[in-house]
Amino acid sequence: MTGSMDCNELVELVTAYLDGSLDLEDRARFDTHLLECDGCASYLQQFRSTVDTIGKVALDELDPTFRGKLMNAFRDWR
Amino acid sequence: MLLAMTTTAGDEAGLVEALRDRDESAFAELVDLHTPAMLRVARGYVRSREIAEDVVQETWIAVLKGINAFEGRSSLRTWLFTILINIAKRRGMRERRDADVAVIAFTGGTVDPARFRGSDDPYPGHWKPDEVPSPFPDTPEGSVLGDELITLARRELDKLPERQRLVVTMRDMLGLESAEVCDLLDISIANQRVLLHRGRAAVRQAFEDYLRETT
Repeated sequence: MTGSMDCNELVELVTAYLDGSLDLEDRARFDTHLLECDGCASYLQQFRSTVDTIGKVALDELDPTFRGKLMNAFRDWR
Repeated sequence: MLLAMTTTAGDEAGLVEALRDRDESAFAELVDLHTPAMLRVARGYVRSREIAEDVVQETWIAVLKGINAFEGRSSLRTWLFTILINIAKRRGMRERRDADVAVIAFTGGTVDPARFRGSDDPYPGHWKPDEVPSPFPDTPEGSVLGDELITLARRELDKLPERQRLVVTMRDMLGLESAEVCDLLDISIANQRVLLHRGRAAVRQAFEDYLRETT
């Protein structure tokens, strides 16, 4: 696809953009659209902020009882 | 984030060596390092925490039995997760054989199409004036809003379809590279990206709704 990019196309390409996997043509259309569209600039900021927050979700603490079971399995193996 | 990223290849080789010598403290260290992430990934395949624990235990036993055959061509983590996913997949399929294992069908956009102008508008496909996104507020470490959003993200991740949840968990929570995720899940780069994008977009939408209500 060539020519300018519409907002509803841009929103589907954000992950590819952030991964650096858009081809150069699409990347240029994406960047050009951002220059003139505050809404999409905000959308990109929201998306980055979302990814950042997902990265802060902590893994559950290891349950000591389950850990004990694993250690017992080790002793059985040894 | 995954603790494993802070260990170096040298530490890892040492731990593998110690495990071959049946060193209990090396096993304990590996368990503490990898088990929380393994449980999280296993939960993407099976319905309950108990079954996920079974899967993880079975994985560790398989790892112990196979440790002499581990050649270190991949990282230990990749090897662990490959074993885990095989076991989890088998277990998950047995659990719900008739469940709809959805192949990715493109079911439309990740943003409500009603937010964009129609084809009769001079700017079709652009945001409607009252639907333009506004930036999310900054949420410094430990801020109340930041903590609320982290809680919300966790809840929304649990609601995602299985494969979206797995990809988002591996990429954004555990910090795996896309090539590693594709190998582990045996999917193409393009499919991985679609799943990642849809999952992230669903969480973004939940954030937007939440922020609109609370601010």
